[in-house]
Amino acid sequence: MNKHKKVYIYKGFERFWHWNQSLLIFILAITGFEIHSSYNLLGYDTAVDIHNKAAWGFIILIVFAIFWHFTTGEWKQYLPTTENLKAQLDFYLFGIFRNAPHPTKKTVLSKLNPLQRLVYLGLKILVIPIMVTTGLAYMFYRYPQGDKIEATNIQNLELVAVLHTLGAFVLLSFVVVHLYLITTGHTVTSNLKAMITGWEELEEEGQSDETKKEDAL
Amino acid sequence: MKPITKALVFFLAVIAPLVIITFALRQPSEDRTRINELRERYTKGHQPGVDHGKFAILQQNFDNPHQITAACLSCHTERGHELLNSPHFTWEREDFIPGKGVVYIGKKNLINNFCTGVQSNEGSCMKCHAGYGWNDKSFDFNNPFNIDCVVCHDNTGTYQKATGMAGYPVMGENGPDFKAILASVGQPASQNCGNCHFFGGGGNNVKHGDLEVALLTAGRQVDVHMGVDGIHMKCVDCHTAENHKMKGRYFGITATGNNRLSCEDCHTSTPHVRSILNEHTIKVSCQACHIPVYAKVNATKMNWDWSTATKKLDGKGFEVKDEDGNIIYTSAKGDFKWEKNVKPEYAWFNGTADHLLTTDKIDTTEKVLKINKLFGDYKDKNSKIVPVKVHRGRQPYDPETLHILQAKLWDRSQGQGALWLDLNWDSAIIKGMEYAGLPYSGKYAFIDTEVYLPVNHMVSPGQEAVSCKECHTRSNEGRLAGLNDFYMPGRDRNKTADMAGRLLLILSFAGVAGHAGIRFMAARKNRKNA
Repeated sequence: MNKHKKVYIYKGFERFWHWNQSLLIFILAITGFEIHSSYNLLGYDTAVDIHNKAAWGFIILIVFAIFWHFTTGEWKQYLPTTENLKAQLDFYLFGIFRNAPHPTKKTVLSKLNPLQRLVYLGLKILVIPIMVTTGLAYMFYRYPQGDKIEATNIQNLELVAVLHTLGAFVLLSFVVVHLYLITTGHTVTSNLKAMITGWEELEEEGQSDETKKEDAL
Repeated sequence: MKPITKALVFFLAVIAPLVIITFALRQPSEDRTRINELRERYTKGHQPGVDHGKFAILQQNFDNPHQITAACLSCHTERGHELLNSPHFTWEREDFIPGKGVVYIGKKNLINNFCTGVQSNEGSCMKCHAGYGWNDKSFDFNNPFNIDCVVCHDNTGTYQKATGMAGYPVMGENGPDFKAILASVGQPASQNCGNCHFFGGGGNNVKHGDLEVALLTAGRQVDVHMGVDGIHMKCVDCHTAENHKMKGRYFGITATGNNRLSCEDCHTSTPHVRSILNEHTIKVSCQACHIPVYAKVNATKMNWDWSTATKKLDGKGFEVKDEDGNIIYTSAKGDFKWEKNVKPEYAWFNGTADHLLTTDKIDTTEKVLKINKLFGDYKDKNSKIVPVKVHRGRQPYDPETLHILQAKLWDRSQGQGALWLDLNWDSAIIKGMEYAGLPYSGKYAFIDTEVYLPVNHMVSPGQEAVSCKECHTRSNEGRLAGLNDFYMPGRDRNKTADMAGRLLLILSFAGVAGHAGIRFMAARKNRKNA
C-alpha cells in the first residue's frame, strides 16, 4: 500500500455548490413529481410555488458553477477519457468484491475516474441543459393567443412536459446510484467526509506543488 | 485567509445573494387600489336627474297601455326608434354564423330544448316581450306605441304583465297603480330584468341556473356582485346600455360575440397577485374558476324529456313533484330533471356560436343533436375555457324532412290543437308547423338534444374559487377531464415515458441493491479467508 496523505481536494465553493445542488434536486424532485400528480404531499399550488422558486435557485447556482468551472479550469476534470475506462468498469463489477485497489488514482487535478467523467459530463451537457431549457419553456411558454409574442407560442406542451419528466427520472436514478457509489471509497464514509470537510486521504504520489499552493489559500 | 475576511467573503458570497433572492422571489403584496375604486364607484348608485312624479302627463287615467307609451315618447322622442331596433323588442337580430352566413335569428324563430319555441305560442310567451299585443304574425313591429316602456323602467316593483295576454298588463280597477308606477320610472332595477330573465324556460331558474329571484335577496356567497350584504350591484351596472343597446350576449340565441360583456372590462386580465394565476387568464375565462357551482339557492332544470308527455291518469293529465316541490313530470311537458349546486361543464369558446335553424337538416348519425354549439378549441387564439350549463332534452323532429319541429303548445282554450291543453302531439305539431310556415311530413320522432349556455353569474367570493387540484388531477372526476385537445400538467402524462422512467428507477434500485448485497457477502468471505 502506498502512503496516504490528507489533501484538501474539494474547495469551499465546490462543496457549497454540491450540497446546494443536491438539496435543490431533492426539492425539485419532491415537488415536481407532485405536480406530475404522482402523489399528493404539499398541495398542488404549494408544490408549484416551491418548484418554481427552487428552479430559479438552481439556475442561479448553475450560473455561478459555470463561472467557477471556467475561471478555475476545473472544467477539465470532465474531459472524457477512455484510459482506464475498462479497468474502472472491471473494478466496479469484479475488483471491488475482491478488495482490489482503485484502478484510477484520485488526485487534485484528476478527481474523477473515467466513468465519473462520462456520467458527470453527460449530466452537465445533456440532462441538466434539457431540464433547464424545458423548465424555462414550461415557465415562459404562451398558449396560442392573439397579437402577443408569437414566437413564444407553443401549440403543444406535451413534448416539453415529456422531456422534463424523462429528465427527472434520469436525475432521480442518478441520485440513487450516486448515493450508493459514495460508499465505495477507501472506506465506506471517506467520500462523504471528503465532500463535507473538503479533506481526503489520497495516495501521496498525486500531490503536486500546485495543490499545495491552493491549499495555502 | 484571516477568519474575519473568510466570514466577510462567506457573507457576501452566500448569505447576501440568498437574502436578495428571497426578497426577489417573495410574493408581492396585494394591490387593492383597483378593487377599492370599483367598490366606491358601484356603492354610490345611480342618482336620477328627473322626478317623473312631477310630470302631469304621466298622472292621467290611461285607458290602455299604448297611451302610456305615447306619453313617454312625447318627451323621449327618439327612444321609440331605438327600441324598435332593439332585440328586447324585435326578438331577432342580424347575425353571422360561420358556415351559414348572414342569418336573422332570435327568440322569434329559433328552437331550443326548453319550451322549444315561441311560434304559434305568442299569446303566452309574449308576457316577456317588451311590447304590447304580439299575439300572432299580425303584430306591428314598426309601431312605437307597441313598445312597453314600463316593464323595464317601473321602479315600484308592482307592474305586471298579465298571463296569456300577449304582453298586455291588466288595466283599470284590477290592475296595478299606474300613477305610482309612472311617478317612479327610472333606471331599470334588478327586479325589472329578473321579471323575465329569472323565469326563462317557464319558471324560476329553469333555464339559466345562474339567474333567479334569489339574487334579489341573497348575500355575496351566492353572488359576490349582487349580494345584498356586499356591493349590492344591479344588473344594469354591468349590462350598461347606450341608446337602449345593452351590453352582454346570451349565446342561446346569439352567434357573434360583438358587444359582449366581460369581467376584464372592470377587473383587467391580470387581476391576481400570483402571476401563475394571471397566466391562466390567457386561456381560462374568469368564470371558469370563479363560478365553482351555479344554482346555489334554487334548483335549475338540467333535463327535459318531451317524449313522455301526453300520458293520462283516469283520462286526465297529471303532475308529479319531488320532495323539494319541483315538478318532475307533467302530462303537458314530460319528464324533468332538476339539480342544485351544479358543477358546470366546460367548453372552449371564442365568442361565436352555431345555431340550429328550423330550415337546417338534422344529421341523425350524430348521437346528440346540438341545438347550439359554442365554437372554439385550444389552438384558437380567441378561445378560452368557459363554464357551461348543458341542458339536455328529448324533443320532436321530423324523421322524413329531418327538420326540428315546432309544436303548438299553448292556446286560450281547448280544441285549438295546443299540446298543453289537448295532450295530443299530432295536432299540436301540425298546428305549430303550419303557423311557422314550415314543411311537415306528418311523422314525428324524438331526438336527444343539447343546448350550451355559458354560465356568467353567481360569481363566488375569491377564496371559494376552483382550486388547482380540481383540474390538475388524473381523476376522471376532474373538472377538465372532458377537454382533451391539449396537455395539462397534473392531468396528462405520456404513459410510455412514465413507464420508461419508472423502469430506469427500478433498475437503478435493483442494481444498487444487488451490488451492495454481493459486496457484503464478498467482504464476509474475504474476512473469513484472511
